[in-house]
Amino acid sequence: MKIVVFVKLVPDLVEELTVDPGGTTLDTTWLRMIINEFDDHAVEQAILLKEKTSTQVIVIAPDFDGVDEVLFTACAKGADQIIKLTGDFSSINNHALARAVASRIKILQPDLVLTGVQANNDIDGSIGPALAACLNQPFVGYVSGVTLEDNTAIVQKEYPGGVIAEMSITLPAVLGIQAAEQPPRYVAVSKVRQVMKTSNIDEQPLDELDNSGFPEVTRMFQSETSAHAEMITGSPDEIADRLVSVFKEKGILQRTNR
Amino acid sequence: MSNLETANAIFYNKIQEATQDGEKLRNCLQCGNCSGICPFGYVMIYPPSRMIAEVRANRFEKILGTENIWMCVSCYACTSVCPAQIPITAGLMTGAKEELLLAGNVPSELQAALEYSQRYGNPLGESPRKRADWAREIQPEVKLLGKYRQPVDVLWFVGDYPSYHPRVQHIAQSMAKLLNALNINFGILGPEEYSDGDSQRLAGERGLFEMLAEKNGQAFNKYDFKEIITTDPHAYNAIKNEYPKLGFSFPVRHYTEFLAENIEKILPFLKNEINARVTYHDPCYLGRANNIYEQPRSLIQNLPGVELVEMPHNLKNSLCCGGGGGGMWLDGFQWEKSHVRLSEWRIQEALSTGANILAVACPYETSRFEDAAKNIDKTGQLRIRDIVELLVESMGV
Repeated sequence: MKIVVFVKLVPDLVEELTVDPGGTTLDTTWLRMIINEFDDHAVEQAILLKEKTSTQVIVIAPDFDGVDEVLFTACAKGADQIIKLTGDFSSINNHALARAVASRIKILQPDLVLTGVQANNDIDGSIGPALAACLNQPFVGYVSGVTLEDNTAIVQKEYPGGVIAEMSITLPAVLGIQAAEQPPRYVAVSKVRQVMKTSNIDEQPLDELDNSGFPEVTRMFQSETSAHAEMITGSPDEIADRLVSVFKEKGILQRTNR
Repeated sequence: MSNLETANAIFYNKIQEATQDGEKLRNCLQCGNCSGICPFGYVMIYPPSRMIAEVRANRFEKILGTENIWMCVSCYACTSVCPAQIPITAGLMTGAKEELLLAGNVPSELQAALEYSQRYGNPLGESPRKRADWAREIQPEVKLLGKYRQPVDVLWFVGDYPSYHPRVQHIAQSMAKLLNALNINFGILGPEEYSDGDSQRLAGERGLFEMLAEKNGQAFNKYDFKEIITTDPHAYNAIKNEYPKLGFSFPVRHYTEFLAENIEKILPFLKNEINARVTYHDPCYLGRANNIYEQPRSLIQNLPGVELVEMPHNLKNSLCCGGGGGGMWLDGFQWEKSHVRLSEWRIQEALSTGANILAVACPYETSRFEDAAKNIDKTGQLRIRDIVELLVESMGV
C-alpha cells in the first residue's frame, strides 16, 4: 500500500497581510509561509495509517520558502520519501498546481492521495477535487478518520450540525482531510536536525505550468466597513412593531389574504 | 536485553553523564527530602526519590509510561535540599522530560509553546517583527542595535513576556524609563532577539534550546557592548550558565544586580512614597538556582515608605510560582492533575503577611500572581508589582 500526501505552504497569518501596490495579489515582502494546517493533519493521518498498516508514505510539496523544513519534519514523523517540486510558483493557482502535481502522482501510482480539505489561499477552489479530477479518481472531502481494508478505504466525512457519515471508497482515491484522528504530533528539534543530516529531499522540476481555468483577480482589498447595524430599542411591543416593519421593508414578510 | 531494558540502560548512562559524576545517582540515600519539598511531589506517582529508586532498579520504563514528569516545574527545590548533592533538576528531571519528548509524549499545551518558539522565536506565537513594538512610545527612543550600530554599555535582553505580554510590557516600559532616567547607554536587539530558551530546555527540548541560543549568541557577537542585563531570571540563568557551554560567553547580570549596584544614582530620583507593606517573592532562577537574594531586597528597602515583610517560605525555601520548566505552558494540564495552582498558594502566603504589595522580579510572575489573586484575594488588598515598576512609581518618571 502506498500513500501520497500533497502539502502546500500558505501565508502565515502571524504577520498582517498587505496587498501588493498592483492591487491584485498579496505583498510578499514580509510574507512568511507556513504549512497549511489541514495538510499538516493529512500528514498526521498518513503516519497514523502507516503505524497501523505499514503502508509507504510519500510527502510531496511545491517549492516555497520554508518547504525543506516542512519536508524534513514530515520525514522525522515517519514519512518514507519526501519530494520537492521545483519551478516558478510566483503566480500559482490550484488549477495549474493540480495538473502539475497530478502528473507526478500518476508516476508514483499510489493507492491513496491525502491532502488538506482547504487552504487559506484557495482562490479557485480547494485542490483535492481538482487533483481527483486530473487523476480520474473518486474524491471525498471533510474527512476526519480513515481505515484501510484491502482495496477499500472506510472514511468518516463530517457534515454541518455535527453529523458524520461513514463511507466506503474503492481505491485508488483522493481524500480531503479535515482533521487527523489525533492532533499532529510534536517532533523534537534534535530529531529534525538529525533527519536533515541523514535524509535527502528528492527534487523534481516541474514543466511550465498551465494556468488555464483560473479566474482573473480584478481587485484584492482588506474588508471594508459598510452599513452599520440598527439597534432597536424600546418596549417589547415597540421592538416587535419595528421588527415587523423592517421585515416588510426588506420584502421578507408579505401580507397574505386567506 | 529487551528494548525497555535498553531504554533504561541508555537513560541511566545519559543521566550519569549529565551529572558529570557516574556515581551521583548511586549516592542517593533515599532520604526522600526531594519528594517532600517538591511542590507537586504529593501528586506524582514517581516523585524524585522514587524515580531514582526505579532508575537504579532498571525500571525507567515505568516512569516513561506515566505523565508524572510534566508536573515538574524545575524549581530547584529538590536539588537544593539533596544531602548527596545530586543535580536532580538539571540531570534526572530534565533528562526524563527529554526522553518523553523524543518519544513524542508531549501535552498539547506545551507542544504549542514549543512549536511557536521554533517558528517565531517566542513561545507566545507572536510576530518576531513586532518584538520591539512595546517601546514605541518611549522617549528618548530605545536604541535597536541593528539600526544604531554604535557601541553601547549595556545590551538589555528584554525577553519574551516583557516584549509581548500586555501586562508584562509595562515592566519593559518601566525598565526603559528607568535606564533612560539614569542616563545609561543601552540598546536592545529587538527583532534580532529570540527566546532565551531556558524554560524550553528545562521542559526537555534541548535541540530547540540550542537553536535559540545559537541565534542569540550570533546576535551578541555582532554588536559592541560591555555587558548584558536581563529582565528575566530564566534568560539570566541561560546566558550565564548554559550559553558558555555552546561557545557564547558574555558578562551578564540580572537587572536587580545591576540596579542594586547603581543604587546611589537611583536614590536621588526616589521622590514618591510608596506607603505599603511589601513582601517579596524569590524567583526560583534568581534565588535557588543563582543565589541572588539580597539585591532585590535592598532595592525594595530603599523605596520610600516601604516596610519589607517576609512570607513563611522565603529565600532558599521560596515557593515556585508554577511557571518554570514548562509550567508556564502546562497550566491546564497541571490543574487537571492536581486541582491546585502554586501561584494561588503563594498569594495566600502573601496575604497572610498583611502585605499590600507582592513584589516580584521575574516576568512570569506578574500575570501568574495577578490571575491567582483574582481567585484568592476577595478584598482586592494585594497589588502585584515588579520591583522595577515600584522604582519607577517612586521616581514618577
